[in-house]
Amino acid sequence: MTQHSHDSVFVRTVDAETLPPPQNQSGIRGWLWRNLFYSVMDYSSVGASVRSLAMLFFTVLVSYVGITQLWYLLDFVFLSAVWSDPTGIKREACWTVSQGGTLPDDWHAACWPFVFAKLKFLAYGPYPMDELWRVNVTGLLGLAGIFWLLIEALPFRRLVGVLMLTAYPVIALILLTGGASDANYVNSGAYILVGLALITVGRLGQRGLLGVLASDFASIIGFVGWSLIVYQVLMLIFSVDVGLEPVGTGDWGGLLITLVVAVTGIVVSLPLGVVLALGRRSNMPVARLLCTIFIEFWRGVPLISVLFMASVMIPLFLPEGVNFDKLMRALIGVMLFSAAYMAEVVRGGLQAIDKGQYEAAEAMGLTYWQSMRQIILPQALTHVIPGIVNTFIGLFKDTTLVSIIGLFDLLGAGKSAIADASWSSPVQAISIYLFVAFIFFVFCFGMSRYSIFMENKLSKSRSH
Amino acid sequence: MSINSNNLSAFINDSRVRNIGFQVLIISALVFSVWWLMDNTLTNLENRGKSLGFGFLVQTAGFEISDTLGTWLFDYEVGVSSYTDIFFIGITNTLLIAVLGIILASIIGFTVGIMRLSNNFILKYFATVYVEVIRNVPLLLQLFFWYFAVLGVLPDARSQLQVFGGLGGLNITGLYLPAPVFQTGFGLVFLAFSVSVIASIIVAHISKKKQDETGQGFKLVLIIPALIISVTGIAYVIMGGPLDWTFPEFKNTGPIFKRGFQSDAGMVLVPEMLAVLLALTLYTAGFIAEIVRAGIVAVSRGQTEASYSVGLRPGVTLRLIVIPQAMRIIIPPLTSQYLNLTKNSSLAVAIAYPELVSIFAGTALNQVGKEIEMIFMVMSTYLVISLITSFFMNWFNARVKIVER
Repeated sequence: MTQHSHDSVFVRTVDAETLPPPQNQSGIRGWLWRNLFYSVMDYSSVGASVRSLAMLFFTVLVSYVGITQLWYLLDFVFLSAVWSDPTGIKREACWTVSQGGTLPDDWHAACWPFVFAKLKFLAYGPYPMDELWRVNVTGLLGLAGIFWLLIEALPFRRLVGVLMLTAYPVIALILLTGGASDANYVNSGAYILVGLALITVGRLGQRGLLGVLASDFASIIGFVGWSLIVYQVLMLIFSVDVGLEPVGTGDWGGLLITLVVAVTGIVVSLPLGVVLALGRRSNMPVARLLCTIFIEFWRGVPLISVLFMASVMIPLFLPEGVNFDKLMRALIGVMLFSAAYMAEVVRGGLQAIDKGQYEAAEAMGLTYWQSMRQIILPQALTHVIPGIVNTFIGLFKDTTLVSIIGLFDLLGAGKSAIADASWSSPVQAISIYLFVAFIFFVFCFGMSRYSIFMENKLSKSRSH
Repeated sequence: MSINSNNLSAFINDSRVRNIGFQVLIISALVFSVWWLMDNTLTNLENRGKSLGFGFLVQTAGFEISDTLGTWLFDYEVGVSSYTDIFFIGITNTLLIAVLGIILASIIGFTVGIMRLSNNFILKYFATVYVEVIRNVPLLLQLFFWYFAVLGVLPDARSQLQVFGGLGGLNITGLYLPAPVFQTGFGLVFLAFSVSVIASIIVAHISKKKQDETGQGFKLVLIIPALIISVTGIAYVIMGGPLDWTFPEFKNTGPIFKRGFQSDAGMVLVPEMLAVLLALTLYTAGFIAEIVRAGIVAVSRGQTEASYSVGLRPGVTLRLIVIPQAMRIIIPPLTSQYLNLTKNSSLAVAIAYPELVSIFAGTALNQVGKEIEMIFMVMSTYLVISLITSFFMNWFNARVKIVER
C-alpha cells in the first residue's frame, strides 16, 4: 500500500449534497419527455427528422381521432342522451323535430328509456313474469358459489366446488325448467336393481371371491354399476313434481340463455378436452388417430356450420320418438366445438411438462390414470390457466352465434327488441347494441383480468 | 388350475394386451355408433320421403343473389344457374372476404401491435384501448353494429355521400367505385407485369448473394420499383393503353325511380360486404396486435443490445435482428388468426352477405332440403381451406425456423 500525504491533497470528509435530477428528467416534464417528446423531437439527422415528423403527424392524427371519438361517445352515451320518458310517449321521446318529436334536428344520441323498458326482456327473454324469482335464485346461487371459489381466504372451498359441480346443476335445472319431467318408474327401478347387482359383483370380485378374471375387472364393473344408479336417480329427481310451473326452454331467453350456454359449454368442455388431449398423446394408435381427427375436424369448421348441423342434422341422427329441443341441440354443438379447442390448450400444457415427471411417476409404480390424476394433470392445467380462461372468453363471445339458429340469447333478444315498432327511432338499434356490448365487455374483461391476475400469481410462485 | 389362472391373470394384466383390447373396444364402439347413426338417419329420411344423393347440384336455382364478385364471375342468372354455381359463388365470396380481410387485418394489426410498444404514450394508450375493447366484444355484435347502426344510417338510395374526391359515392345501397374495363391486349400487360415481378425476385436473390459475399448489395429500394414500373409501363404504352375505367353515374334528375346510382356504370360494393369486411378486419386486427406485441417482447433485450454494440443502427436492428426472431414466435398464432378470420366470415349469414354458409347452407338448403349433403359439402370446403392454409404456413414456418447446428 502506498503512503498518501494527506496534507497536500484535499480529501472530502462530508458527503456531497445530492443534487436533484435534471429538470427535464423528473416530474411531469420528465415524464412527458420520456413518453411523448422523445419520439417526435429528434432532428439530429435527415432520417431522424423524417421519422420524427412522421411520428408527430401520426400522433396528432391519433390524438385527434381518439379525442373526437371519445367526446362523441361521451356525448352520445351521457351528455345528450335521453334518460327518461316521464310522459310515457315511448318512441316520440327520441324523435327530432323533423321526425315529429321535440328534440333538435341535429340531435343524435342514445335513447335509454327504450333500453330500460327492455331490460327484463334482455335479462330473461319471454320467461313467464311470475316465475322470474326462479331464475334470480339460480343466478344468485351460482354467483355466490363462484365468488366463494375465487376468493382464496374462504374456508370449505373444496366442498363448495364439489357442490357447485354436482348439486348446483341439478337444482338449477329443476328451478329453471320446473322439474316434473316424464319418467318410467318401472324401468328406472329395474336399472337401479341392475346397478346394485353390478356393484355387488364388483365388491365380491375385489375380495377375490369370483375368480381371477372378475377381480381384474372389479373396478370397471363397480363403476358401470354406480353410473347406472346415479343416472337413474337423477332421472327420478327430475321427475319429482316440486310444485313449480313447468317452463319450456322455448320460453328462455336473453342473458339467461347466454349464461346457460356459456356455463354448460365451459363446464363440459374442460373434462372432455382433457380426455381428448390425453387421447391425442396416448401411445395407442387408434385412440391417437381418432382424437386427432375429432379435434382437427371441429377446429377446421366454423361454429356457425356446427350449429346449423346441430339444428338440422341431430333430429335426423336420433331414433324416432327421441326429440331434443333447440337449446339442447345448440348445447351439443357448442360442447363438441369448445371441447376441441380446450383439448389443444390442455395438450400445450401436457407438452410443457418435463419428461422426468412422467418417468418419475412411472418409477413410483403409479398406473397411467394415477400418474395423470396426481402428477401430470395438476401441473399441466395450472400451467395453461391463462389459455383456458382465454378459451372461456372465446366461448362466451361465441354464444352470440346461437341467435342465428333462432335462440334468443342476449344479442338475439336485443335484436328482436329493435323490432318493437312502439319504440322505433333512428337511434334505437345503436342504443341497444351499445348496451349489450357493454354487458359482454364487463364479463369478458373481468375474465381476462382474472386470468392476468392468476398468471402473475403463478409466475411468482413458480419463480421460488 | 392355479397355474392356469395365474397365466390368465398375467395375460390380461399385460399392458400390450390391454392396449390392444382397449383399441378393439374403441373401434367396435365407433363402428357400432356409426352404424346406429346411419341406420337412424336412413330410417328418418325414408319416413320423410327423402333420399340421399347429389342430383340437386344440376338443378337450377330460383332465388336472387345480390351483386358480388361471385355472381359476376359465374354470370349468375335466376332460373338458369345451377346449385353448383351457387356453391362456387359462395366459395368465391368467402375467399374474397378472407383475402381482403387478411391483408387489411395484418396491416392494422401490425401497426397497432407496434404502437402498443411505442414510447409515445398517446399511441400506446390508443392502441391499448382499441385492443381491449375489440377483443372483449363479440364479433357478431360488432357486425350488427357496423351493418345496422353505422351503415344503416347512410343516405338513402336517392342521395349520396361523395368519397375519394367525387370518384366514388356511398349510400345505403353500397359503395360505388370506378370499375376497370379490360380491353384486348391487357393480358399481355399483365404478363409483362408478372415477368417484371419474377425478374425482381431474381435480382433480389443475386443482391442477397452479393451482399453475403462482399457486404455490398444493390440498392433494391430503387431497382425493383424502377424495374416493375418501366417494364409494365412500356408494355402498357405499346399495347395502346388497353385499360379503361367506367365511373359511377349518379342521377338526381329525371324519373324518381331512376334517380340514384345507375346499375350499368362503375362497380358496387354492397353494404353487407363492407360491414363484414369492417367487422372482421377490425376484430382480427385486435388479436393480431396482441400476437405481434407478444412476439416482439419475447425477443430478449440482449439481442437488441448486442446489435447496438456491433454498431447497427436502431432501424437496421429492428429489421435484421428483432423482426426475424419475432416472426418465428408470431407466425404460428398468426396462422390460426388467419384461419379464424376465414371461418368467421361465415357470420355474414346473419346479415345475408352471400358467402358459402349464407347462400348454400342457408338459402339453398331451405329450397332443396338436402341437409346432409349440403352441410357435408360446406364443412368439407372449410376443412380443405384450413388444411391448405396450415400446410402453407407450416412450410413457411419451417423456412424461417432457427437452423440449429
